[in-house]
Amino acid sequence: MFWNKEIETLSRKKLEELQIDRLKKTVKKVYDKVPFYKNKFMETGIKPQDIQSLKDVTKLPFTTNDDLRANFPDGLVAVPKGQIIRLHTSSGTTGKPKALFFSKKDVDVAADQMARCLIMSGMTSEDILQNMMTYGLFTGALVMHYGAEKVGCLVIPAGPGNSERQISLMQDFGTTTLHITPSYALYLADIMESMGIDPIKDLKLKRAFVGSEPYTEETRKKIEALYDIDVYNSYGLSEMNGPGVGFECGEKHGMHLWEDNYLVEIIDPQTLLPVKEEGQVGELVLTSLNREAMPLLRYRTRDITSIIPGKCPCGRTHRRINRITGRSDDMFIIRGVNVFPQQIERILMSTQRVGKNYQIVLDALDDITVRVEISKDMFDGNMEHLVDLQKEITGKLKAEILVTPKVELLEPGSLPSFEGKAKRVIDKRKL
Amino acid sequence: MKVKQISIFLENKKGRLYEALQVLGEANINIRALSIADTAEYGILRLIVSEPDRAKKVLQKVNFVVQENDVIAICVSDQPGGLSHVLNILQQAEMNVEYVYAFVQKKGEKAVVVLRTEKLEPAIKALEKAGIQILKEKEVYCI
Repeated sequence: MFWNKEIETLSRKKLEELQIDRLKKTVKKVYDKVPFYKNKFMETGIKPQDIQSLKDVTKLPFTTNDDLRANFPDGLVAVPKGQIIRLHTSSGTTGKPKALFFSKKDVDVAADQMARCLIMSGMTSEDILQNMMTYGLFTGALVMHYGAEKVGCLVIPAGPGNSERQISLMQDFGTTTLHITPSYALYLADIMESMGIDPIKDLKLKRAFVGSEPYTEETRKKIEALYDIDVYNSYGLSEMNGPGVGFECGEKHGMHLWEDNYLVEIIDPQTLLPVKEEGQVGELVLTSLNREAMPLLRYRTRDITSIIPGKCPCGRTHRRINRITGRSDDMFIIRGVNVFPQQIERILMSTQRVGKNYQIVLDALDDITVRVEISKDMFDGNMEHLVDLQKEITGKLKAEILVTPKVELLEPGSLPSFEGKAKRVIDKRKL
Repeated sequence: MKVKQISIFLENKKGRLYEALQVLGEANINIRALSIADTAEYGILRLIVSEPDRAKKVLQKVNFVVQENDVIAICVSDQPGGLSHVLNILQQAEMNVEYVYAFVQKKGEKAVVVLRTEKLEPAIKALEKAGIQILKEKEVYCI
């Protein structure tokens, strides 16, 4: 099922024509209306008319988090104030929040692309959506709400928390679809169990959209099994309308990113050049093509992903991106290879016999040591099993990061445990 | 006729062996035999002690990773060729030896050998058949 079949299945050629047309308009608009961009263009000697093809996008300046903060609150707004109807903010990990403005059309575009996502997951106007995200400055709940209303389903604006009420809402109104954080979905299943409610037999749930915090494929599968539902991955960021920028179709293999609304680039975060081949991992850079109030050129999302080459069996022509595997800020280089701690984490997490805590040490000789705690249960007193485990991890890591690491097995509890953001990488090369 | 051995996972950290032995000393547990298998990054400390169950508990209490394994303890004559004779029996029986360590008693003419094979029962049978003296738990723990 499609919300807007014409756009969603537009031929690549026509889609790219639409993109270049919208890119030119966006560039002209920010040049004329946003002094920040005009100055950037002047500095590099670029004129709006230099942008004639999609490849020319690389001539344009990047926009970063810092630029948004430096222009706080409304330095990047490209329309008269009277045309702005909505403010959202995005909390950064440091410093001031980022202020993001929407015109009436922007709200509509955001809702429309959300509606595409929902229909893509199989929703219809018969569905009942319980929206358990925080309503407020955060885009997550409101954009979902507007999208679901467009689809015509019943929306229960439950917001987060109060688990017993959430469960009775599901029972009383026959909720079919949840919008929820993954950790809350796991927690709620426990509460149901303690209340003697079987989420599979006693509820009418069909699917869930989980997001707003990182989670693994294993967590997705776990939620699917607990509730016997389909869980769809999604991608979004407030700087680009919030949720629904990318979404999985029924294939559940990558998230279609709406290319009529965004120009997608994957760059090497070190060189800032595009990755050489489609499919290579890098930082996602987005240019908004259909935002009125606050268009952004080449916004560096810091999210690490790759484009899935090839066509999707669902028929949509908009390309898919893989699950976000990390943040470009965390990247380090070892023997000329870009490595993200999350790549290493994923390998370790897939190995049952080691714990969740790990440490990466880079030393002066450009060697990488991965220190990991063995799990108590795996130790059977057999040296061979330890050596095998060490070899297995070394082999898997080498396949992933292309450099052979030294793997150290440690006693459980010997690595420092972290509250919140963990310092995983110790780079001795900088000392 | 199996004997309990304590295996302790030790990461390559200064003082870690000392800490393990200190815990046992403070708990008044006597070490009868000891062996260390190691790589550059970590090792396994294997012990025959006077009270294996209690040793495991006191070590686990201070977060050591400990496992109890069954091993075979045998008596061999403390003279040239004593151990090779035993290994030859096992080889004839096609038993793979995972590891072996030995300790010599103070007074006796006998040496005690601790060994572990992939399968313990057939190894014990092969050794018994060849007339090797296999030690019982009590005999080993209070040597």
